[in-house]
Amino acid sequence: MNTVFFLVFGLIVVVCAINVVVQRHPISSAISLIGVMGSLAIIYLQLGAEFMAAAQIIVYTGAVMVLFIFVIMLLNAGSEEGGKGPLTVRLLGVPLLLVFLGLLSYLIQRLFSDTGPVRFGDFKGGSPADVGRALFSTYLLPFEITSVLILIAILGAIVLARKELD
Amino acid sequence: MSFIIISIIKAAVVAAALLTTLAYLQWIERKVLAHIQLRLGPSRVGPHGLLQPLADVIKLVTKEDLIPPEANKFVYILAPFLAVATALVSVSVIPFGREIEIFGYRTPMQLTDLNIGVLFILAVSSLGVYGVALGGWASNNKYSLLGALRSSAQMISYELPVSLALVSPLLLLNTLSLGEIVQKQAGFLLGFIPNWSIFQLPFPQLLSFVVFLIAGFAETNRIPFDLPEAENELVAGYHTEYSSMKFAAFFMAEYANMITVAAVTTTVFLGGWQPALPGSLGHLAPVALFFMAGMVAFYHGFHPARARDRMTLPVVGAAFLALSALFLVPWVQAAFLPLFWFVVKTGVIFFLFVWVRGTLPRFRYDQLMAFAWKSMFPLAMANLLLTGLAVGLWG
Repeated sequence: MNTVFFLVFGLIVVVCAINVVVQRHPISSAISLIGVMGSLAIIYLQLGAEFMAAAQIIVYTGAVMVLFIFVIMLLNAGSEEGGKGPLTVRLLGVPLLLVFLGLLSYLIQRLFSDTGPVRFGDFKGGSPADVGRALFSTYLLPFEITSVLILIAILGAIVLARKELD
Repeated sequence: MSFIIISIIKAAVVAAALLTTLAYLQWIERKVLAHIQLRLGPSRVGPHGLLQPLADVIKLVTKEDLIPPEANKFVYILAPFLAVATALVSVSVIPFGREIEIFGYRTPMQLTDLNIGVLFILAVSSLGVYGVALGGWASNNKYSLLGALRSSAQMISYELPVSLALVSPLLLLNTLSLGEIVQKQAGFLLGFIPNWSIFQLPFPQLLSFVVFLIAGFAETNRIPFDLPEAENELVAGYHTEYSSMKFAAFFMAEYANMITVAAVTTTVFLGGWQPALPGSLGHLAPVALFFMAGMVAFYHGFHPARARDRMTLPVVGAAFLALSALFLVPWVQAAFLPLFWFVVKTGVIFFLFVWVRGTLPRFRYDQLMAFAWKSMFPLAMANLLLTGLAVGLWG
């Protein structure tokens, strides 16, 4: 059951991710990206990270992607021109991509060769209570520093976006 | 195996009940609005217009389904489905009553009790904005687009007060599962004040209840926050170009969202299916209520305002009296008393929605945004901090 679900949603993630790049229209790409985020959340859920799954949907699917679509709608961005691209890109693009993927999987295999495959249902520490306890004990300093960093980013964005009042 | 079969049956029952309720909520809303404005409301189709929802459904299904030539077809068709699906899914975690036994199987009156139930509702409702935003964009109409922009900005802004107002009672109740949330609001303070989170010590959540309700009005795009469909500025807002069943889907989504907000308010703040009156008073309340409703119907049946009322109102009265008698049967009482209390509380909040629609004018857009960020958000935040302090000191 778990394997079937993983295969289905893994497939959706990969197809949607390819679709993000292939689509010509920004809104279609954004919708594909929503598909990626949503299916990722379900894979998190299968791995036992319930809080991560919910946060993934609330933050990425529900807020970040809404802002993406909002901006695309505001700019009224149309379809991109479908140019063919230079000869080198057309000839070497796919082989180079395959080589890159091969290298990446080889490196991951080498670096993490001692870890076994993931088994669904093994991980139990994904409930909101567990995540909260970890954030406010083991990872308190990184957590607080990240919040300060985000606060600085918000203030910076406001300062940059503000029109000069004269 | 029996688990799967029971789940399918429960899902079918809840879906059927929900869709019927959706259709009749619209009838109730039109009737209540009409009486607020000294009109009769729908009264032609069936007695007291009771078959009006059916007529509306037939009308909507048989209407021509137009797709604007310049619209983005895929997104245009996807949007209403997204809207209605995300609106209906939230109901699956709402508890309607305590555990009941059917043919030897014990099962809670709830589709599924997730241990992240509250987060699930927040997640699903945060997806609801896509139906509106994409629908408005795909129609390729500037009124639709403006309506969609307004709506998504509004929904994102009001999501913050909604979540913050929802967090404070969770500090008191100490769980995210909606089933447990209701369990923890059982009992009475001093013997008569129900131990709901709006009254619960150490810090009653009255303020966050009000904030949640107001933000809920905005999340569901209801008057006084219905700027996405302000008809005098935007024709009809994001669904200007939609017709037939796709329009109906947006309409259904709006009502389903209203049910969700009312049901979540009931569950988190008003004790869900817990009775409002202690002891045997709680058991007798439905009997007394239905008896009174039946008597009122009989009275108006014998002093009819229209000739037809002499025929219809006694039938309504008899139905209410039958319901009243039914709640005296111990088996019915055990199974349906929690459901009765849940429906009453949700109904009261739905009535509030209609009442506000009948009384308040629409906000201006800048007022709406300023209200969210300058009043609701700080209020919810302050309430959250105070609740945290109170729970830390005396909890």
